[in-house]
Amino acid sequence: MDFGLTQEQEQLKSGARDFLSHECPTSVVRKVMAEESGLAPELYQKIAELGWTGMIVPEEFGGLGLGMLDLAILLEECGYAAMPGPFAFSSGIAVSALRLGGSPEQCRRWLPELASGKLTGTVAIVEEADSLDPADINLSAARDNNGFVLNGVKMFVPYAHAADFIVVAARSTPGPEGLDFFVVEGGATGLSARILRNVDQTRRVCEVKFDAVKVPEHARLAKSAGLLDRLIDAGAVVMAADCLGGAERALEMAVEYSKVREQFGRPIGSFQALQHLAAELIAAIEPARSLLWYAAYGQDAALEDASRAASMAKARLSAVYSRTADQSVLMHGGIGFTWEHDIHLWFKRARFDEPFFGDPVYHRDRVATLSGY
Amino acid sequence: MDLNLTAEEEAFRNRVRDWLAHNRPLALHQRGVVDGKTWVQRAKDWQRRLYEAGYLALSWPKEYGGQALDPMRQAIVSEELMRANVPGVIGSNAISMLGPTLITWGTEEHKRRYLPKILTGEEIWCQGYSEPGAGSDLASLRTRAELAGDEFVVNGQKVWTSGAHIADWMFALVRTNPDAPKHKGISYLLIDMKSPGITVRPLVQMNGEADFCEVFFDNVRVPRANLVGELNEGWKVANTTMVHERNWLGASPKRLFDKIVERASQQRRGGVALTQHPLYRQRLADIQIDVEAMRLHALRLLSNAIHKRPGGVENMVAKLVGTELNHRMALTAMDMLGDYAAMARGEPSAYDRGVWSATWMGSIARMFGGGTSEIQKNVIAERGLGMPRSR
Ligand SMILES: Cc1cc2nc3c(=O)[nH]c(=O)nc-3n(C[C@H](O)[C@H](O)[C@H](O)COP(=O)(O)OP(=O)(O)OC[C@H]3O[C@@H](n4cnc5c(N)ncnc54)[C@H](O)[C@@H]3O)c2cc1C
Ligand SMILES: Cc1cc2nc3c(=O)[nH]c(=O)nc-3n(C[C@H](O)[C@H](O)[C@H](O)COP(=O)(O)OP(=O)(O)OC[C@H]3O[C@@H](n4cnc5c(N)ncnc54)[C@H](O)[C@@H]3O)c2cc1C
Repeated sequence: MDFGLTQEQEQLKSGARDFLSHECPTSVVRKVMAEESGLAPELYQKIAELGWTGMIVPEEFGGLGLGMLDLAILLEECGYAAMPGPFAFSSGIAVSALRLGGSPEQCRRWLPELASGKLTGTVAIVEEADSLDPADINLSAARDNNGFVLNGVKMFVPYAHAADFIVVAARSTPGPEGLDFFVVEGGATGLSARILRNVDQTRRVCEVKFDAVKVPEHARLAKSAGLLDRLIDAGAVVMAADCLGGAERALEMAVEYSKVREQFGRPIGSFQALQHLAAELIAAIEPARSLLWYAAYGQDAALEDASRAASMAKARLSAVYSRTADQSVLMHGGIGFTWEHDIHLWFKRARFDEPFFGDPVYHRDRVATLSGY
Repeated sequence: MDLNLTAEEEAFRNRVRDWLAHNRPLALHQRGVVDGKTWVQRAKDWQRRLYEAGYLALSWPKEYGGQALDPMRQAIVSEELMRANVPGVIGSNAISMLGPTLITWGTEEHKRRYLPKILTGEEIWCQGYSEPGAGSDLASLRTRAELAGDEFVVNGQKVWTSGAHIADWMFALVRTNPDAPKHKGISYLLIDMKSPGITVRPLVQMNGEADFCEVFFDNVRVPRANLVGELNEGWKVANTTMVHERNWLGASPKRLFDKIVERASQQRRGGVALTQHPLYRQRLADIQIDVEAMRLHALRLLSNAIHKRPGGVENMVAKLVGTELNHRMALTAMDMLGDYAAMARGEPSAYDRGVWSATWMGSIARMFGGGTSEIQKNVIAERGLGMPRSR
């Protein structure tokens, strides 16, 4: 038994930290924040060259064929760096949708180019109700002679404005069984994406309108049944990993600041009020890291309780991130309220991460249900 | 990441499980039902049975009664003991705290003399650290031990000493040099509780039990040979003990959680079980997540130990989080039970014979031993996060 990272994984982690500290310092993050597209194409090219975009793409489709745990290690570092761009959503969530739901042909059509970084994809699930409950998914997929016609509106779709395809959850028939997933190409007629004004400017999310968008039969993912739940599992782990890295970084910044800022003739980090706060935060972060490792490993090893583990990780880590970022701003005093100081990048990113792919209340309820109470 | 046991470990686990199924003691749980002496005897018998079966202190060296097995075997046994819901071991404080200290610091003579009887339960130990003036600030302790020839002469008082009234021996911290800085004048002594000049006065606890005591020393003579480590180096010696104590107290709380969910699913208001009540359902799941986090966290720390990875601040949080979680679980149960929560142990109308109020009070006690939560946070902040010292 070894509940821990392998040496290769430790190297992956420290390599990623090194790389991002050079290639994605906050000066770069801020530059991308200020641009309309929010894409960071040069950075994306570099991470593709490192193989990150193909991390969980099976080898037969041109990826590295590694697991969710390896991806989670990278995503933790991306959260630590507040890395902008579609990486998590394309290489984590969209790849998962194809890997879990696609036929071999569908995988062959999309995965190699996702892995190489040539294309990006995204996944569209929630609608106006902002709910993962299948009953709240109403975008309609009506049969027509050559395939389906999609009508409806999706909300909070990451990087849809630039995605080469969108995997969209749609209702072909009423009732819980009637959900299907379709791969819609970015330039499809009737498809339009509007970038939402988002507090977390390290991300771009869109409202996506489907106005009689026609898709062929082969655009329907082969294994749609149960896919929503599996995607929630994958999305939960992806987001939880970002939360872990972000929480670590926010606390680290606050602790470092507390060592140099002096008031009352001593460093503020010597005041017990701040010491105990920081201790509580790290005491929440470290056990939650164990939850994340287990959840990611659970998907790789197809453990029986993988879904529950994913929900546990997301419920805990997203709450921990918000609280840590919040308190870390407070530990900075007035300087933490400025635009110039970087701490607000994580403060805001936490708020995107917390509800995305299910907020803590949703995931706690799912934990209870999956535990049989 | 590899969560599988080897075939031998799996077989070992099955052997332990099987043994426990056939050897679980019956009457031990009902402490207070039998008289104190009988209970102590039965508890010692149970410990001896466990030891003879090979299920105590598996990682200790063979020559002192251990089996020199890796920490994984010990963890398997601990998990099975927990799962089987058998009573704890009466000598557990000595096994987890004193034993490792003697193995590290004791003389050959100490090890041969004391370790085997710690394991068999033939000798029960108590921990003589706290004093009226020395709690969290343990290093300010004043119980004085003066060297007179081959003996120390001990005078002073200990307090909150759990089990002093049933103990044969005490491992104690005493002041041997009052003029040195406070951490530098302390020594670690093994004191025979039958020595003339010792008076033990049990204190009644808030839960009505009399587990901890005051212990008075009036010119108590202790052979110099009972000194562990060098003279005036007791602080260093004791710190090994405290590290082990922290590992011990963070034990997995899953069993308690399962009982709470069971209780909640039986508890109905307006025809709806509390597991379906939106607030309690959320609270239960929130706790369950922490319970699972601590289970996994323990696996992580165990893996660090097995694979000899140093680890970092993660090693420091288990006692704090574990005991706070235990307390939070007890509070949730109390909140759920409404008026029944305030019923005392043994009240016939109370749920589960009033065990919940006892659990609640017990959860408080666990937060003191080995350093209060506040002290844990001081240590985590200053040593774990490197924040500047507060004093
Ligand atoms: C939006 C905004 C508007 C403002 N407007 C004005 C204004 O109009 N005029 C004006 O004069 N000022 C103004 N301020 C400044 C404000 O009063 C200060 O930010 C505040 O007094 C804190 O001081 P500081 O920022 O130097 O933080 P610090 O004093 O450096 O505090 C940093 C952290 O250390 C903690 N800390 C400090 N000392 C202790 C201690 N002894 N014990 C425990 N913790 C401690 C603090 O609680 C905080 O968490 C404004 C601030 C903001 C954010
Ligand atoms: C059930 C039980 C069994 C026990 N068994 C034993 C035993 O067998 N042997 C033994 O030696 N001792 C035993 N103890 C004693 C236990 O170790 C002490 O209670 C503990 O160390 C705290 O000391 P204190 O009670 O003097 O509290 P104090 O140290 O007076 O603390 C009071 C409060 O002040 C806080 N505080 C103190 N210092 C600081 C600081 N620097 N920063 C922030 N907050 C601070 C504490 O956290 C606490 O909340 C037992 C205690 C209990 C409750």
